[in-house]
Amino acid sequence: MQYLDEYRDAKIARALAAEIARRTTQPWVLMEICGGQTHTLVRYGIDELLPAGVEMVHGPGCPVCVTPLETVDKAIAIAARPEVTLLSYGDMLRVPGSRGDLFQVKAAGGDVRIVYAPTEALKFARAHPERQVVFFAVGFETTAPANAMAVWQAKREGLRNFSMLASHVLVPPATRALLASPRTRVQGFIGPGHVCTVMGTREYEALAREFRVPIVVGGFEPLDLLEAILMLVTQLEQGRAEVENQYVRSVSQVGNPQAQRALAEVFAVCDQKWRGIGGIAQSGLALRPEYAAFDADRLYGTAGFSASEPAECMSAAVLQGLRKPADCPAFATRCTPDTPLGAPMVSSEGACAAYYLYRRHTAGAGRA
Amino acid sequence: MGAGAGFEALSCPTPAPAGDAILLGHGSGGKMSAELLQRLLLPALCNPVLDRLEDQAMVEAGGARLAFTTDSFVVKPLFFPGGDIGTLAVNGTVNDLAMGGAKPLFLSLALILEEGLPLEPLRRVMASVRAAADAAGVSVVTGDTKVVERGSGDGIFVNTSGIGLAAEGVELSAAYARPGDRVLLSGTIGDHGIAILSQREGLEFGGAMASDTAALYPLVEAMLRTRAAIRCLRDPTRGGVASSLNEIAARSGVGIELDESAIPVHDAVRGACEMLGLDPLYVANEGKLLAIVGREDAAALLAAMRAQRLGLEARMIGTVTGAHPGMVTMRTALGTSRIVDMLAGDQLPRIC
Repeated sequence: MQYLDEYRDAKIARALAAEIARRTTQPWVLMEICGGQTHTLVRYGIDELLPAGVEMVHGPGCPVCVTPLETVDKAIAIAARPEVTLLSYGDMLRVPGSRGDLFQVKAAGGDVRIVYAPTEALKFARAHPERQVVFFAVGFETTAPANAMAVWQAKREGLRNFSMLASHVLVPPATRALLASPRTRVQGFIGPGHVCTVMGTREYEALAREFRVPIVVGGFEPLDLLEAILMLVTQLEQGRAEVENQYVRSVSQVGNPQAQRALAEVFAVCDQKWRGIGGIAQSGLALRPEYAAFDADRLYGTAGFSASEPAECMSAAVLQGLRKPADCPAFATRCTPDTPLGAPMVSSEGACAAYYLYRRHTAGAGRA
Repeated sequence: MGAGAGFEALSCPTPAPAGDAILLGHGSGGKMSAELLQRLLLPALCNPVLDRLEDQAMVEAGGARLAFTTDSFVVKPLFFPGGDIGTLAVNGTVNDLAMGGAKPLFLSLALILEEGLPLEPLRRVMASVRAAADAAGVSVVTGDTKVVERGSGDGIFVNTSGIGLAAEGVELSAAYARPGDRVLLSGTIGDHGIAILSQREGLEFGGAMASDTAALYPLVEAMLRTRAAIRCLRDPTRGGVASSLNEIAARSGVGIELDESAIPVHDAVRGACEMLGLDPLYVANEGKLLAIVGREDAAALLAAMRAQRLGLEARMIGTVTGAHPGMVTMRTALGTSRIVDMLAGDQLPRIC
């Protein structure tokens, strides 16, 4: 199939892996930031193709996983209101809050629906003026522009029954937090291709300079990842620490200015909590005061919600690359996608869930 | 909030225990369905016929060996490219009989109608039931109609039960797979699920996919005529090929290893799945079957399948192995190996 098969060619994959092995003279620890990249890596077993010296660790870039517990609690509380129809992306519905998930709200009579884009939520609001329509918007810089446009459009149309419970996170501040941690083992990053499609690569140039770390912005297909790894290993072996772009068919240095304008119009950068990680300054996006009428958090009085996340799992170590998911004693026993103990087991883009889904027979075999 | 502080103090939430109410996932054909069956439904009813847990019960009556099965249909939308709830209600039940190697003969048809339903769609559904029954060579010989208040149903719910005549000397079971056996698949996967999804969500993908709904007995009959050592037949409906094979692996205590590049998927289905973050292995089919067959007979059986209209695109997609019992794995196009797990509930579209 065009645009897919050429990025999954087994012969080219093996050639790239051989070239990586040829250039590797010492051990390197690399991190792919995006959950989508983790998914591809584990699903296609890319890391099995790599030489023993090149170790992949899996970053915090799964938007579903890092949505704070209290935000899920807010969505659950709002969805339980009889006048509300709450719409969100499919995998948000299964994310456990402090008590239960959105599927359970639905079973108890709440009106909870899956949509594929925020514009569908807008359409629903127009068609059902008698319902209060709340879109539960999560995601990185990739999904945020479409969410911004939905709010912008709602304001322009004067829609009075549409609002948004927003929980957006930004990649560069999280990458900075990770690099600033003294225990971090990561020596090179595969940058988030779709985030950079929107935002461009300039924010990453500052990170590469400041921390002397190479960053190769990469795509999401198997050959994208292998090529990005090859570029990273080449930089590391040559002692370079630059931002390079593997995903040239999508990413430019300046990104998508229209999408950035939409973001800036509707959202302002704010402090943000990450599930399984904690607070990171200036790492989120909140609705600007001009759009307060569309802020579900304000409209439904959930702003004061807080939930403590008991320290149960070792996702801290996993996200820093100190441990692999299968090193955890709870992996595939007490902690499964049905009963996640921690954020990375929640969505299939989380590192632990990806290992559970695709790798149980080799990683942590016997415990499964 | 201080920058950089976060990663030093990571913590994780403890999830809520599973609820004590029915969720949609309990009807998905995945782990949640299996748990409900094992924990609540089977203990109430257990008997030797039921406990075989095949798609159909095999019973003896008056010297004849009969296959008996029932299925309910709650599909939304009622009408979709390639069929409607009436077509499904006939084909779904006759296929469950056929998977036992039985020739479908008689059906019952029970309708649960919602107050306010216009007569026109009901007329169309009944015409489809008739046409599908005629095509499958079965008669609807008994029925029932109930009406529920508006809001208590969703237009039309249909239940059909079916009786078929078991083929002599044929005994098939998900528990009969053995290491060395081959896995055959009768054609492309995911057509039905994607047709329904694109209709339901108003998604438009390049070529409109039509459901593959079809009565499979003619294919099964041709397969049985070969006298091949068929261990098991399954129509991979909800939960898709992955769920059916996981069930076989678990019941037989064997592993199954699939070859990704051998599994036929229409481009339109593949494209839709890529866009939505779905895996076609878990998407429903309504006119395909999986066969587990002894290695020595695999080639002949495959040839016989390919000679049939319903098996033109049949492929050998995998091997039964003694390694990793209860688990289905897949050799990926890149030559690496991964698990094909049983899903907990419904497959959900990923956010990105």
